[in-house]
Amino acid sequence: MPKVMKEVDAVIIGLGWTGGILAKELAEAGLKVVALERGAMRTPAADFSVPMIRDELRFTSRNEMGQNVARDTLTVRNNPSQEALPMRRLGSFIPGEGAGGAGLHWNGQTWRWTDMELRIRTMYEERYGKKYIPADMTIQDWGVTYDELEPYYERFEYTAGVSGKAGNLRGKIQPGGNPFEAPRQRDYPLPPLNQSLACEMFTDAAKNAGYHPFPRPTANASRTYTNPDGATLSACQYCGFCERFGCEANAKGSPLTTVIPIALRNPNVELRTHSWVTRINKAADGKRVTGVTYINTLNGEEIEQPAAIVVLCAFVLNNVHLMLTSAIGKPYDPVSQTGVVGKNYCYQTAAGATLFFEGRNFNPFMSTGGLNVTVDDFYTNWAFDRAQYGYVGGSHIFGGMFHGRPIAYRPMPADTPQWGSEWKAASAKWYNSAMSINASGSVMANRYNYLDLDPTYRNVFGQPLMRMTFDYKPNEHKVGQHAAQAINDLAKTMNPTLMNPATARTDPWSVVPYQSTHNTGGTVMGTNPSNSVVNKYGQSWDCHNLFVTGAGLFSHNSAYNPTGPVGALAYWTVDAIKKQYLKKQGPLVSA
Amino acid sequence: MQNEEKKDEGFGRRDFLKSAVAGGAVAAAATAAVTVPQGAQAQPAGNGPAPGYAFLNLDEAAFVEALVDHMVPADQLSPKGTDMGLAIFIDRALAGGWGKGDRLYMQGPWKPGVPSQGYQLPLTPAELYRAGIAATNAHCMKTYSKSFDRLDATQRQEVLLGLSSAKITFADGLPVRVFWSTVYQTVIEGMFSDPIYGGNRDKAGWKMIGFPGVIANHAQNIIKYRDKKLPPNFVGIADMS
Ligand SMILES: Cc1cc2nc3c(=O)[nH]c(=O)nc-3n(C[C@H](O)[C@H](O)[C@H](O)COP(=O)(O)OP(=O)(O)OC[C@H]3O[C@@H](n4cnc5c(N)ncnc54)[C@H](O)[C@@H]3O)c2cc1C
Repeated sequence: MPKVMKEVDAVIIGLGWTGGILAKELAEAGLKVVALERGAMRTPAADFSVPMIRDELRFTSRNEMGQNVARDTLTVRNNPSQEALPMRRLGSFIPGEGAGGAGLHWNGQTWRWTDMELRIRTMYEERYGKKYIPADMTIQDWGVTYDELEPYYERFEYTAGVSGKAGNLRGKIQPGGNPFEAPRQRDYPLPPLNQSLACEMFTDAAKNAGYHPFPRPTANASRTYTNPDGATLSACQYCGFCERFGCEANAKGSPLTTVIPIALRNPNVELRTHSWVTRINKAADGKRVTGVTYINTLNGEEIEQPAAIVVLCAFVLNNVHLMLTSAIGKPYDPVSQTGVVGKNYCYQTAAGATLFFEGRNFNPFMSTGGLNVTVDDFYTNWAFDRAQYGYVGGSHIFGGMFHGRPIAYRPMPADTPQWGSEWKAASAKWYNSAMSINASGSVMANRYNYLDLDPTYRNVFGQPLMRMTFDYKPNEHKVGQHAAQAINDLAKTMNPTLMNPATARTDPWSVVPYQSTHNTGGTVMGTNPSNSVVNKYGQSWDCHNLFVTGAGLFSHNSAYNPTGPVGALAYWTVDAIKKQYLKKQGPLVSA
Repeated sequence: MQNEEKKDEGFGRRDFLKSAVAGGAVAAAATAAVTVPQGAQAQPAGNGPAPGYAFLNLDEAAFVEALVDHMVPADQLSPKGTDMGLAIFIDRALAGGWGKGDRLYMQGPWKPGVPSQGYQLPLTPAELYRAGIAATNAHCMKTYSKSFDRLDATQRQEVLLGLSSAKITFADGLPVRVFWSTVYQTVIEGMFSDPIYGGNRDKAGWKMIGFPGVIANHAQNIIKYRDKKLPPNFVGIADMS
């Protein structure tokens, strides 16, 4: 029998970006909150100090900030006819572990997703007709609109300290920003970062080609900043150890420098680290949850924590896993296309070119997590006619490098041998004289891309691993072909000495090389219980006192990074709990 | 510190073992004033790795030394692989947590799968390395009647091309691609990781390409050195500890 703790008002599973926001806000609303985090506590001073943190082998090759897959991982396959096998080491994505979650080792690139995503089916059907969307593309409207989320986007940008330039201020297009963004009430809290040579060269080329380049908005503070909660960020040092590293300068907007320390100063919050939640417990009538069960990983003890409200903040993959292992909501079945938990799992696609300029000095190691210049002409630009390429979604294209760490980054012409003196000479010659242009592409939901429980493999707690079935579909290949072509056309106008051109990917998705931790879907939000796991507030359709956060709410994936809407939706959910749910406990949207 | 410019191609395995003892003593004295940084575990500080191998046996050491010296030959850009500490790096990596399968999901059942499913062998990296060296040497004995370390440069090149293209297959069923990608990864890591791990000795890998290392306050530099080379100053973790 597990030890049973005293009931609290709210239990929060996982203390990363969303858990930090929820813990702080609910505690400030007067709720007694217990936050359960499977990993350890961290502090920037102790854990991210220089020189220790500047260790590429430790934090990149060995992924020390990432989830330890020896304990829990997932199985992967490209389609339902394959047998899924475990992801035995981290590769394609790097979920976090420990207070701060992936919000510690993220890059900071922060976007607002517009109605083009939130009302995707409606907008495509209106413009291109119902037949334009392939039958197996299971995209759907999210149930929430940009106008509803706008204040919450702003809230997150001001919390995280995003550096950027508005492109559309209350409907007026602003020079230097993204003219295709949706209208915003306020500019970013901080001006854009200083631009690198690669950024400038890309900007010139993009302008000459008639595109609309702008510095990518990113939570790397361009100068010292105090956020509305009183948390202070220092100015970014362009150290080139951003993605996959904790920030020693406190310049990266992370939950550990913003919401979490504030939450932990509030006597209403109790954080229990090394507390691995294995189950959300359902009431006998199935209409409510009663709390959670977790393991203290320091001694193996099983503990039950009753709570009036449970908020799932464990990152998309763990959120879906916990819903499945707790049997909340009907698991999705791709054959009958019934059930919802695990449906619409999406990822992202990409293409990239390397441009070599003899004699130029790009100093790639002077950079940060979001230092690039982007063109959005083929993405949020709704005027761009996708019908000529026949796809839904698209890609945005960007120039610049985020780092020059040499185990991972040594650009060389494609025909260079892999070792020997010639290889050394090419490494030396081009390390500082190359720049990259990349595209990040959307992935549309597909009937056969989904998450469920694996029939064979287990984690150290004896639970079935989650099984990921995912591959790129013809839509993504079309996006990739167009992106590669657009990159190469633009790159050629820059007259590089040599170039490794971009090619559209044709091979299946692989779990091996790092791509991005932009996993989405599985606990999707929507307009009714037959198409979604949660309603527009992140509230479970099945159990009204269970709320779900994170990118699992997205019913497809954009070309943009996910944390802008992840943060906005977390604030939106908190507001719904505070302003509506606490007053009248029950479903916020009637089914 | 140590003589980085040593370019004696005929420098043999036993000579190396002897010199490593001497070099180690020099290194120990030179690094005595430096504290081992937090988190560096038992890795030697500074540029001089402690002598001796912790994992590789004599035959494996001969293989790894021959391999890294072939892949990273001495030239005007850097000393040869063993002089950059690559063999020591690989040995320490295999002897340590990574080599023993840290952060690797090691529960069965084991199936070969497809390449997009990634690593699926029931072996730790150290076990894989050991089996791969034995299999490569078996191939070399069969083809050239010599182990890899006794081959001439042309034959070594032939073997490495065979491994990297998977034209060589191992009779015992070990997948050659997995062995090669692990070997390649460790050579690259040895060349470019911080010197605290025993490779990249005297920051020779960083100097070769111009990566400044741990100095990482570039807020001014990004403007000041726009399209200019940063003046050479290479800093590792041990230099700041
Ligand atoms: C290398 C990298 C770069 C990235 N760059 C960007 C970027 O530039 N822009 C962007 O928008 N996004 C980026 N992301 C994604 C971003 O980090 C995530 O979107 C964000 O952190 C998600 O917030 P979350 O609260 O859902 O999850 P997290 O912040 O990861 O927090 C989840 C927490 O839950 C804990 N947890 C999990 N399971 C359990 C359990 N069973 N019991 C208890 N606790 C549990 C975890 O340990 C973790 O601390 C990046 C991610 C990575 C890894």
